[in-house]
Amino acid sequence: MSTPRKQVILGAYLGGVNHHTAWWHPEAGSQIDFSSFEHTARTAERGKFDFFFLAEGLILRERAGQIFDQDIIGRPDTFGVLAAIASVTEHLGLAGTVNATFNEPYELARQFATLDHLSGGRAAWNVVTSFDAFTGQNFRRGGFLDPSDRYVRAEETLRAVRALWDSWNADDIVADKDSGRFLARPDAGSFEFRGRQFDISGRFTVPRSPQGRPVILQAGVSPQGRDFAAANADAIFSPYGKLREAADFYRDIKSRAVAAGRSPDDIKILPSASFVLGDTDAEAIEKYRAIRDEQVTGQTALILLEQIWNRDLSGYDPEGPVPDVEPEPDAPPFIQGRAFLHQDRFATVKRLREVSEAKKLTLRETVIDQFERGPIVGTPARVAEKIDDFVNSDGSDGFILGSHLVPTGLDEFVDRVVPLLQDRGALRTEYTGTTLRDNLGLPGLRSAAVPVDA
Amino acid sequence: MAPNPLHLGVALDGAGWHPAAWRAPNSRPTELFSARYWTDVVATAERGLLDFVTIEDSLRVPGPLHARGDDAVDQVRARLDAHLIAATLAPLTHHIGLIPTVTTTHTEPFHVSTAIATLDYTSRGRAGWQVRVSAGAEEAQHFGRREITDPTPAEFAALIATGELPGHAEALFEEATDAVEVVRRLWDSWEDDAEIRDVATRRFIDRDKLHYIDFEGRFFRVRGPAITPRPPQGQPVITALGHAPRIYEFAATAADLVFVTPTREHGPAQILRQIATAGASRVGEPLRVYADLVVFLDTDDDTGAQRLARLNDQSGAEFSSDAAVFTGSAEEIADLLADWNTQGVDGFRLRPGVAVDDLAAIAGRLVPALQHRGAFRTSYPEGSLRGLLGLSTTVPNRYARV
Ligand SMILES: Cc1cc2nc3c(=O)[nH]c(=O)nc-3n(C[C@H](O)[C@H](O)[C@H](O)COP(=O)(O)O)c2cc1C
Repeated sequence: MSTPRKQVILGAYLGGVNHHTAWWHPEAGSQIDFSSFEHTARTAERGKFDFFFLAEGLILRERAGQIFDQDIIGRPDTFGVLAAIASVTEHLGLAGTVNATFNEPYELARQFATLDHLSGGRAAWNVVTSFDAFTGQNFRRGGFLDPSDRYVRAEETLRAVRALWDSWNADDIVADKDSGRFLARPDAGSFEFRGRQFDISGRFTVPRSPQGRPVILQAGVSPQGRDFAAANADAIFSPYGKLREAADFYRDIKSRAVAAGRSPDDIKILPSASFVLGDTDAEAIEKYRAIRDEQVTGQTALILLEQIWNRDLSGYDPEGPVPDVEPEPDAPPFIQGRAFLHQDRFATVKRLREVSEAKKLTLRETVIDQFERGPIVGTPARVAEKIDDFVNSDGSDGFILGSHLVPTGLDEFVDRVVPLLQDRGALRTEYTGTTLRDNLGLPGLRSAAVPVDA
Repeated sequence: MAPNPLHLGVALDGAGWHPAAWRAPNSRPTELFSARYWTDVVATAERGLLDFVTIEDSLRVPGPLHARGDDAVDQVRARLDAHLIAATLAPLTHHIGLIPTVTTTHTEPFHVSTAIATLDYTSRGRAGWQVRVSAGAEEAQHFGRREITDPTPAEFAALIATGELPGHAEALFEEATDAVEVVRRLWDSWEDDAEIRDVATRRFIDRDKLHYIDFEGRFFRVRGPAITPRPPQGQPVITALGHAPRIYEFAATAADLVFVTPTREHGPAQILRQIATAGASRVGEPLRVYADLVVFLDTDDDTGAQRLARLNDQSGAEFSSDAAVFTGSAEEIADLLADWNTQGVDGFRLRPGVAVDDLAAIAGRLVPALQHRGAFRTSYPEGSLRGLLGLSTTVPNRYARV
């Protein structure tokens, strides 16, 4: 190949609150003890991953007004875990999903800048925008945000946060004992930000952090979300794991970035992915099928469909056809507390019915066919090849990789696939940069003085 | 060991409590924002077998209170988030309690609850919380959501003279009381054995052991349950600093232990009486009382008094503090602690004038002096911070059916 081999970016995702983490597996460990997080992070660092990634959910999910009891429930505080991981790793980036709706810019800026200091420049913020009044029940802010306003608020939050990060220059701390001068200027940290959502001013407590601005990730796929990411994010966490849809998304985001005045390389596209390894491809496929059948039980399949139908489907046979009733978009939410990506329920239902009919699939099989995110399955060599090819075909710039098994699931990827990726020249053998921004190959920041909405 | 063994913690605030502490020869002012500095300092405290460290914080830059527009460049006008400092320390320490300051005025109790519960997990049962309100206009303006007025000079004088809080501060403490109540309920909102992992029925939890807290108060409503399972200690240790009867009432309602500031002249007797009154209707274990002292201890090179005098020279002002200021030898302060301990003070929180130097002296001189008298432990017992502090370690869950 004439073009240089793209380097694969890897994030490690610790499976948390979802239906696919196999808590029922004999080797499954704690989902809350720090040792699980520590093990996964150390493994990822051993594999020269770029970062460790945590998702977020701020309320327990409910179905028909009752707390879910089938799947993993419960998770720790994102900041608290990432700061603790900072202590037991040296190079690994620390990416936290934190909602822009239920936090204020001053505290967000402070927490991420602090994490960046304490980790020596490894902090990243995955900006998400869940807005529902259901989650709002746990917060003073309530559910005050109209859905159409969520990216308005996110955008303004991010601008405010950047204004705070930029309120200190890198050389503002002199700390010269002899002269007694601590600050270079008396107004270090002074800020003023006025917008539709925020009218804030004062002084920011945290000096400029090693990365200046921690790395920004975004997760969200609507046109608004894409524009927000294209204009603001350093990386985007995407749900598209199959090459064709991924490549479309890739082109779309990179062209939106160019339209926003950025270089295509300024934003990295990272689909979520899982993997299953075997000694032969056939064995891996076998293993994958077994795991998948455990993950998507009949009941799980029905619950996934209830999110789209927005009604009780418990009377339907998972091994029968896709439900013949129509969705109820206007009924009160039947399932709450789950990030929801389906835009048009009727179109989705139509597609599910068509697929089911064309491929002769049961309800449960249809769910598997339509909702699996294309796990990477095969021998270690095959998996390394698929990852490398996917990235070199501009399906993505890398992956955020999770395993169905917590905390040891990533071990065999690091032991068996990572060396092969390194042999192919697709993955570093040593960390080269000192910050996450360096390791991701993101352009350095120009200077604090650059206007935030330039 | 004495029947009422004394407890000893330290309060960490940047380079130390003296505004010129960063200029002391051993201070590391350029490292104040690094994990290494905090790790080193707390390692010293843990070598000294101290019960806990508290980490000061507020949502404003450190500096004189109620002095807006102050343009001094000779002080450490910056700080990191205390909760995250504590979280960083958790995997690197093994016995010492970690008590970050987190404010209640502009923060979400739901987030605070999750944060401290998580610290309890990462530290394996050593988490605490120092509750604090944000009483100034400056902090409010950082959030832009509510108006808080600074106390007027008259209100400030009344506060000092009579302990009477200005009206708006009263509301802040009512709100803090609600915030702590919410946090505590959220900690209890999962029963300890809620996670069942019943493979046969494929139930991960027993939902009957999760509880909505349905808190409704004047300032906010929170439904719950928590997203984080009940922390290892059940209820991590809650602390507050108080200078007035109204705050002692707050502490008696909300906290496990209160930091107070007796003067050298009067000692702790009157404060202890006020706290007994404030806590008259408290249920459960008695509120533990810890006396705060700012310390400048004698070292090999200088006396504490000389060190203080030099720092005063450098900052151009006589150091003053809400807490009594102690200068002298390890033996002298050991006498003072023993005396106040006898009067009924459960423990002490020393505020090192210069963090590196005074902490080294506390761990290397004071602790051995106390041990020599049989007044302080010689190793850490196994267990949680609650256990270390002599608080009950089986904390009933308000929602559990018996
Ligand atoms: C891959 C991916 C991961 C996400 N992870 C989270 C998460 O951890 N927490 C959360 O609250 N929302 C999460 N979301 C939801 C988004 O933040 C957003 O609310 C949702 O996608 C709706 O925005 P959109 O219409 O732009 O897609 C995720 C979305 C995607 C695509």
